[in-house]
Amino acid sequence: MTDAVELEHATLRLGGRDVLADVSFAIKPGEFIGVLGPNGSGKTTLMRAILGLLTPSGGQLRVFGRTPWRGDATIGYLPQLRTVLPDLRIRGFDFMASSLNGERWGLPSLSRADRAMIEETLSLTGARELAARPLSDMSGGERQRLLLAQALIGEPQLLLLDEPLISLDARHQEAAIAVVRGLCRERGITVLFSAHELNQLIGALDRVLYLGNGQAALGSVDEVMTAPVLSRLYGTDIHVLRAEGHIFVMSRGRDVEHVAHRHNHGPGHEHHH
Amino acid sequence: MSIITDMFQYEFMTNAFAAAGIAALVSGVVGYFLVMRGQTFAGHALSHIGFAGATGAGLIGLSAIWGLTGFTLAAGIVMGLLSERISNRDVAIGIVLALALGFGLLFLHYYTAFASQATALLFGNVLAVDHATIATLGVLAAISLLALCVIMRPLIFASLQPELAEAKGVNLRFVSTAFLAIVALAVSQCAQIVGVLLVFTLMVGPPAAAQRVTTRLWSGLALSAGLALAEAWLGLTLAFYSDWPVSFCIAILSAAGYFAALGASALRWRHPHAAVLEDAA
Repeated sequence: MTDAVELEHATLRLGGRDVLADVSFAIKPGEFIGVLGPNGSGKTTLMRAILGLLTPSGGQLRVFGRTPWRGDATIGYLPQLRTVLPDLRIRGFDFMASSLNGERWGLPSLSRADRAMIEETLSLTGARELAARPLSDMSGGERQRLLLAQALIGEPQLLLLDEPLISLDARHQEAAIAVVRGLCRERGITVLFSAHELNQLIGALDRVLYLGNGQAALGSVDEVMTAPVLSRLYGTDIHVLRAEGHIFVMSRGRDVEHVAHRHNHGPGHEHHH
Repeated sequence: MSIITDMFQYEFMTNAFAAAGIAALVSGVVGYFLVMRGQTFAGHALSHIGFAGATGAGLIGLSAIWGLTGFTLAAGIVMGLLSERISNRDVAIGIVLALALGFGLLFLHYYTAFASQATALLFGNVLAVDHATIATLGVLAAISLLALCVIMRPLIFASLQPELAEAKGVNLRFVSTAFLAIVALAVSQCAQIVGVLLVFTLMVGPPAAAQRVTTRLWSGLALSAGLALAEAWLGLTLAFYSDWPVSFCIAILSAAGYFAALGASALRWRHPHAAVLEDAA
């Protein structure tokens, strides 16, 4: 079977720096891959390369056996950098609709089937009530749920979710993981799900792709989350602690994943009810 | 009804209604996207650059409308090409805007015969439009609306979700440049009616009010165009019977429309169910 994503000695270069250097791994169709690694380790760069927005400066990168190309409709994408216009008084439904064939010229139009598909996808992610509300009145978490729904639209075969859990509260984080996990199982969709913290994903993922120091390690949790592998990826001495089914990546007594996670938490999280 | 028919006995009034109608429709439609993209300041800057173009054209013996259109169009395209995001940079735009006004003043200084037209350029002179101007406005309107129809789908996508649009194959720079060129054409039409200093009255007031009232795309677009048309024509009528300047009347109506819409949406938030939603946000 053709691999969903395959890198062969691939080098991804960004701004004069090799973000990933001579990296090889293969992701099989239908796998749920948790993508982890410190800031700047190349999680976003890898996704952009899969989308065809960045050409490898060396080696090969293939998506379902083909060279990636911009506008590939079989890939659903939730970008990490999400420009949000502060005073966008457009309702959620129209926001979703804008991405449907949004690259085509002409006037926007929706068929009955398009409308049904949008409604269905919104229900799937529990974002149905957001359809009628303007984006300017949504919390960060609500926008995030809308964006997740958006990435799922159009029955993609490959889902690239770049930090989809940011600004979601614990309940919605679990729900988001469950929805993606379900789609992965039922429809055989391949998922690359990046996060700052492994523990939430442990129950959902098939394998971990850990990036760092220009390198990558792909394997089961037990294979990747070890002191030697992570020390290589972090370029420093790493200890891996396991407690009650949780895994903590420690460097000099500090939990490196949690530190990074806190730094990335911008304003606009949802309140807990 | 004689109150209305009185007005149309004068040719300058029928001309003014035609010209204001064309410019208002274009302003309402193009302005809707300008407000959606948060680029209203860029639109304002384009009008000031147009002022320099119009006075400069006078200096070398060209008609003001072509100087204005040419300069705004060139500036719009340059703004779009320079950077995807420069059109949102307030400081850079503010400096270019002031520089353009300065040049406009310099051109006026050297071409003193033109000075009488400065007020008309700055504040509009819709009561003086002739048939040739109406024809020009019609052509510019057709071009800008047609171009907008062609790029509308990717424009909306790129405005709402630039990162995703880029991944899906939308050329962000092209769309942004084409849009600013359309804005430039709309600005030069709008400036013929209310002047370069008051283009906000038709290009920002009506769409901003419309977006307060409805969050649906097509309803918002239609309401924005309708409001702009109503404010332009009511403004003309008000000016005819009050003897106040037309641009002042349109400015008053534009502000009134916006604040009424703001008040209406604030009242809606007081609704008990809405209050719960607001709390969650």
